[in-house]
Amino acid sequence: MNWRAISCVFRREFSACFSTPLAWIFSAIFLFLSGVFTFYLGYFYERGQADLRPFFQYHPWLYLFLASALSMRIWAEERASGNIELLLTLPLSRASLVLGKFFAAWCFCGVVLLLSIPMWITANYLGEPDNGVIIASYAGSWLMAGGFIAIGCCLSALVRSPTAAFLLVGTVCFVLLLSGHPLVQDLVSGWAPAALVEAVSSLGFLPHYNTAVRGVISLRDLLYYFSLITAWLIATAIVLDRVQTR
Amino acid sequence: MIIAQELSRHFGDIVAVDRLSFELAAGEVLGFLGPNGAGKTTAMRMITGFLTPTSGSASVCGHDVVADSLAARRHIGYLPEGAPCYADMTVRDFLCFIAETRELRGNAVRREVEKSIEMVDLGAVEEQRILTLSKGYRRRVGLAQALLSDPPVLILDEPTDGLDPNQKDQVRRLIAELGSDRLVIISTHILEEIEAVCNRAMILVDGRIAVDTTPTELRRRSRWHNAVRLRLLEERVGLEEQLGELSGVAELLSEESGRHWVLFAEGRKALLPTVRNFVEKNSLPVQTLQVEPGRLDDVFHDVTHGKLA
Repeated sequence: MNWRAISCVFRREFSACFSTPLAWIFSAIFLFLSGVFTFYLGYFYERGQADLRPFFQYHPWLYLFLASALSMRIWAEERASGNIELLLTLPLSRASLVLGKFFAAWCFCGVVLLLSIPMWITANYLGEPDNGVIIASYAGSWLMAGGFIAIGCCLSALVRSPTAAFLLVGTVCFVLLLSGHPLVQDLVSGWAPAALVEAVSSLGFLPHYNTAVRGVISLRDLLYYFSLITAWLIATAIVLDRVQTR
Repeated sequence: MIIAQELSRHFGDIVAVDRLSFELAAGEVLGFLGPNGAGKTTAMRMITGFLTPTSGSASVCGHDVVADSLAARRHIGYLPEGAPCYADMTVRDFLCFIAETRELRGNAVRREVEKSIEMVDLGAVEEQRILTLSKGYRRRVGLAQALLSDPPVLILDEPTDGLDPNQKDQVRRLIAELGSDRLVIISTHILEEIEAVCNRAMILVDGRIAVDTTPTELRRRSRWHNAVRLRLLEERVGLEEQLGELSGVAELLSEESGRHWVLFAEGRKALLPTVRNFVEKNSLPVQTLQVEPGRLDDVFHDVTHGKLA
């Protein structure tokens, strides 16, 4: 693993996130909506409890926008602009490119999450929340963002149009979010063997995220995110190979 | 330094490059010529590792472009078609990024970036964002990027496209200079560029090598090579028939009736002595008597239309 090459790609991509207005616009929307949802849909005040449950509750749905927006520029924009030819002919290994770009987008999500810290401060000002639970929730939310971004990387490499990538990532992540929900289960259970139905439901983000929001991140959850991210990033490298051999 | 063996690339049913074989060494500046869609860009993309060959192989400095792609790419500076670059970055930041991907560190990054900025004359815009630059500047940023870390092999897809005549001239001189101890491949539509810059020319037609020779030799293949242009100070009647019958004249082209002709040489052999004898014998009032070196566009046309190979 060439960390220097990864860091080189990371730095370029990370700073690009800050220089493109689109990333900021989506971040602002994310933060604004998370606030709106917390206070209006989550009844932050009315609940009379000093915790951030209402705030974290809506993160999976908000990531549908944020992660899709960040993902679409990762590869689809490179393909659309022709920069992919420059990138793939530089002396950088495939792994450095895929990892550098992934970590940059993931860390940008981290920055956006950090910007929501005033919410945390508010909760502490109003009462005495369990800060351990909040830290676990932040970690869980960030891990989930990693999963979204990894999926986004792969799907973004599949298409040439950033808009198509945005929609594709959003749709696939939506389905994965709902994978334990009857909406998706009914689609699969009609024809697939029970094991597959079980597998589809266990692929979903929500069970792992919900335990984190309750303050628990188990080894099982970490393994889930690690394998999810690894699998999608390997798939990204395979898709990029297809770009070159198509 | 570059060896291509039966290099081929198909896109579905379309054969873009068909069994391309050649060897190139340092000091050679190869010009890829050919009509649009002849396979020039595809060939370059395979050598630089962007496209995987359908069959055949290529190696750069002993490294196979597929099996040992990373090592091969370390030896190549590449200007892709259209000179893609990160438009949101400043020229300097972009070049620093590329320098770091080329495994330069610390001071070496700054030194190399300075050097390439100077080589392609980007000093005036180095702190500007690339998206604010004109097409000519962008092309030069692409060129500067390819020169970083001084790679032994340069592959430049239409390096002078979009440049004004002065910039074109400057870039050509730079390429010719770089080519003295490196291996350079350029593709171009501009025929005089081949003569100005290259010492080897390859015309591709339908993905195959139709001609592989020196630019001078290429010119010699033109029917204009060794043709003699004769222009008189005043009109002379009845001369045309006699000129046409001179030995060694294959064809006579009348540019201005009774006054100005081009005499094409049979087998492109030297014709001037014969014409000069004729002129002296008839005491003709000569304004111009000159030998044509040959025309590249003529050769290009004939080769790409299958008349010459």
